[in-house]
Amino acid sequence: MAAESSPKIVIVDESPIRAAILQEGLREAGFTDVVHISEMQSLLSRIYALDPDVIVIDLENPSRDILEQMFQVSRAVRRPIAMFVDQSDAASIQASVDAGVSAYIVDGLKKERLKPILDLCISRFNAFSKLQDELDRTKSALEDRKVIDRAKGILMKLKGLTEDEAYVLLRSTAMREKKKIGEIAQSILTASELLK
Amino acid sequence: MTKPLHIGFIPLIDAAALIVAVDKGFTAAEGLDVTLVREVSWSNVRDKLNIGLFDAAHLLAPVAIASSLGLGHIRVPIVAPFNLGLNGNAITVSPALHAAIMAEIDGDRFDPMATALALSRVVAARRRSGAEVLTFGMTFPFSTHNYQLRFWMAAGGVDPDEDIRLVVLPPPYMVDSIASGQIDAFCVGAPWNSIAVDRGVGLILHFVSDILVRAAEKVLAIRQGWSEKNPELVAALVRAAFRAAEFIEQPENRAEVARILARPEHVGVDAEVVLRTLEGRLKISSDGTIRESSRYLLVGREDASRPDPVQAAWLYAQMVRWGQAAISHEAFAIAKAVFRPDLYDAALGLRGGVDGSRGDSVGAFAGPAFDPADVAGYLASFKVSRRVP
Repeated sequence: MAAESSPKIVIVDESPIRAAILQEGLREAGFTDVVHISEMQSLLSRIYALDPDVIVIDLENPSRDILEQMFQVSRAVRRPIAMFVDQSDAASIQASVDAGVSAYIVDGLKKERLKPILDLCISRFNAFSKLQDELDRTKSALEDRKVIDRAKGILMKLKGLTEDEAYVLLRSTAMREKKKIGEIAQSILTASELLK
Repeated sequence: MTKPLHIGFIPLIDAAALIVAVDKGFTAAEGLDVTLVREVSWSNVRDKLNIGLFDAAHLLAPVAIASSLGLGHIRVPIVAPFNLGLNGNAITVSPALHAAIMAEIDGDRFDPMATALALSRVVAARRRSGAEVLTFGMTFPFSTHNYQLRFWMAAGGVDPDEDIRLVVLPPPYMVDSIASGQIDAFCVGAPWNSIAVDRGVGLILHFVSDILVRAAEKVLAIRQGWSEKNPELVAALVRAAFRAAEFIEQPENRAEVARILARPEHVGVDAEVVLRTLEGRLKISSDGTIRESSRYLLVGREDASRPDPVQAAWLYAQMVRWGQAAISHEAFAIAKAVFRPDLYDAALGLRGGVDGSRGDSVGAFAGPAFDPADVAGYLASFKVSRRVP
């Protein structure tokens, strides 16, 4: 392999969105030879067919243990892993585990060429989980709003309140009980189910 | 209550002592605030323990030793003050391979020497006919499963690195892989052997207790540095796990233990399957044949929970035999010292004293008795090996 050629990177990830985000990031940084594996069956032979220099895998993936056998040459392992990328550096192990990603260098690639790849993976993985969190928050906010609307309806009907008054009652109860408005609204729905 | 502790585990039945300790409130009774964290790979458990995201973990005994020796990963000294289980694994083979072995067997079908010799004849016949080499699945390079499979087949003359293909597979993928024909056999812990039998895609050929009388399987693993800084927490964890192990071994508690382990946040399988393992009454074939063993999985009885350095020494000997570790007095001493009966005894107020002087507590079906004082001499007696020159 010529020194300036782009190392071949394989991304093992069952999340197509996250893999796409990572792939795009790597391409922007000039790593053009990137392949995504999303199917875990026969993972080892797929990896051999591609013959990568670097393997990146997400930590939610049980198949990570499959890669660990590549540290030793055997009948199943032709080109061994030289190292777990962050082997020498406790801080980067911490950062990559926190981000939920791990990377392995296959024998033959120089270690210093790895650092930028790993850093990029960590930042893209972190960006992805932020995105995921936001999505989850938006989803639960939407659900909360539906629950609150129904609880308001119940209060308006039972206590003859206007919509604004029903909302004020929910809010003040939540503050007094140190709970979220959504939780109070949910308990009203539960109670009204029970009392039906 | 002390500071919250995070303990990682893999959903397997031999995590029982930890799961029950938390679920039945034995950890809380010790003033511990424990959160169990379910993990998907041994690599994750190892890394999260090593960098401190976990305070303790349910860990393959050989991984604790490999981590202390710096094999395959950065060196982080680990101690094991409690043994979570002895035995508990089984070797399951596809119906086709089972039939082939039974056609060649000369002797009792539960005699591991007879099956290993039969396997070597099957392997030779396949080689002559140009058939694809057999593929065996196991769970991790540094695993009891890897060493147990290798020990068994090598005794019959099968070289596990030359004559067959040995591959790592995550336990939850074993059953699908044998069903689809990607592998011909596997060695794994409970409940996966039973699940393969229930689905009719495999037959249990051996309990690991056929191969080794006592085999340390999973340990409660703690970073050595952390254990030195928090001796009270370690002792409290050992006491809670000990109470749980005793609880699990009471026959009248088995149904309750099976229900606790069966829950989706724990192992997530049928309580009935869990019960078979706890009782050591396993269905070994889809025709309903049951095989019983009082040694299938030992959690708290027969001193199973006390870490035995002889077991650590035997595991180290396997690493040397198969070329994962070089032999040295220093490495041997480090490996043996991972298992800490002294911490166990101190926590439980036992007098202790029997530090690995029980001789051959491993009880392998082949080879000479294991002498931890002479690993090199012991290994010299095995023909098939991958020792680093």
